Amino acid sequence: MPEVIFELWVYMAASPLLHLLLTLLAFFLAQWVNRRAGGSPLLHPVLVAIALLVGFLLLTDTPYATYFEGAQFIHFLMGPAIVSLAVPLFDHRERIKREFIPLMLACVAGIITAVISTVVLVRMLGGREDTLLSLVPKSVTTPIAMGIAEQIGGFPALAAGIVLITGAIGCILGPPIFKLLKIKDHAVQGFAMGLAAHGFGTAQCFSLSNLAGAFAGLAMGVTGLLSAFLIPLIMRFFA
Amino acid sequence: MLEGFAVLLLFQLIGELITRLSGIPVPGPVLGMALLLLAVLLIKKVPAGVRTASEGLLRYLPLLFVPAGVGLINHGLLLKQDIWVISITLVVSTIFTLIVTVLVLQGLKKLWGIEKDA
Repeated sequence: MPEVIFELWVYMAASPLLHLLLTLLAFFLAQWVNRRAGGSPLLHPVLVAIALLVGFLLLTDTPYATYFEGAQFIHFLMGPAIVSLAVPLFDHRERIKREFIPLMLACVAGIITAVISTVVLVRMLGGREDTLLSLVPKSVTTPIAMGIAEQIGGFPALAAGIVLITGAIGCILGPPIFKLLKIKDHAVQGFAMGLAAHGFGTAQCFSLSNLAGAFAGLAMGVTGLLSAFLIPLIMRFFA
Repeated sequence: MLEGFAVLLLFQLIGELITRLSGIPVPGPVLGMALLLLAVLLIKKVPAGVRTASEGLLRYLPLLFVPAGVGLINHGLLLKQDIWVISITLVVSTIFTLIVTVLVLQGLKKLWGIEKDA
């Protein structure tokens, strides 16, 4: 490498600007790839962008902490974005009020299914116990999931990774399952996606419709709140 | 728009403060969302600035997951140990969870006599 370019690289790699810009570029490229692939959920723009960036960091031997110094400006917006979910919830308040009890009961049923199926599958497949405890909060939004994992004796960092992968899996599996079960109601689809795939599912639902996004956001919030109390309780029966 | 963004940050801050002080196991932004919902329900409308800021942020929600997702790079070793158990469990359990949730929700809505209005 000519010396000038090397010096430029050293400068750029240390500045938050490079990784901030790369995150945006990777996302644009991922959106373009996804459109070219006919919107296939397997090539979900978030997954493609993550894969591109992970590849770049491995190739250039950049630590995640260095990358995050630039990317944190995007990451920070997650907080106000979660707060702003109150707006679509307000818009659909009549419908939520009308269906409140079925929604809450479906939420409890979904959480119990997620937890018990995880326990049974991991035990059946012979997984390790601390893997199990990190997998249990997989459908819960990241910050709550990390707290739950810590409380029941799993690894919070692994739990955070598992939550992201679960979100991606939910985005891929959701649409074909709704098609198979002939579920056309965007509110029902959104609620299931928010419950099983938290913010990832919610993000995907907003590209479907505002109604789907509102119910996904509702499910994500309620699942997080209920799980914080329900999961440690359920796990006592399986200890 | 800018006022709206300030309102969102203010509610996040209030949420963070309450969770820190009370120790309830809920992230600050989630509590902030609940409080903002309560506030707009009380004044019975969403101020235009808040709506603009909210719609702007929610349009780019997928992008906001990318920085945290790249963090998977740090969990490679932990994931490798039980890779098959983890993959099979996540896929199968997610299928069950999605199916049970939609079927229970639809069943209960019929039971409650709520018509579909898709």
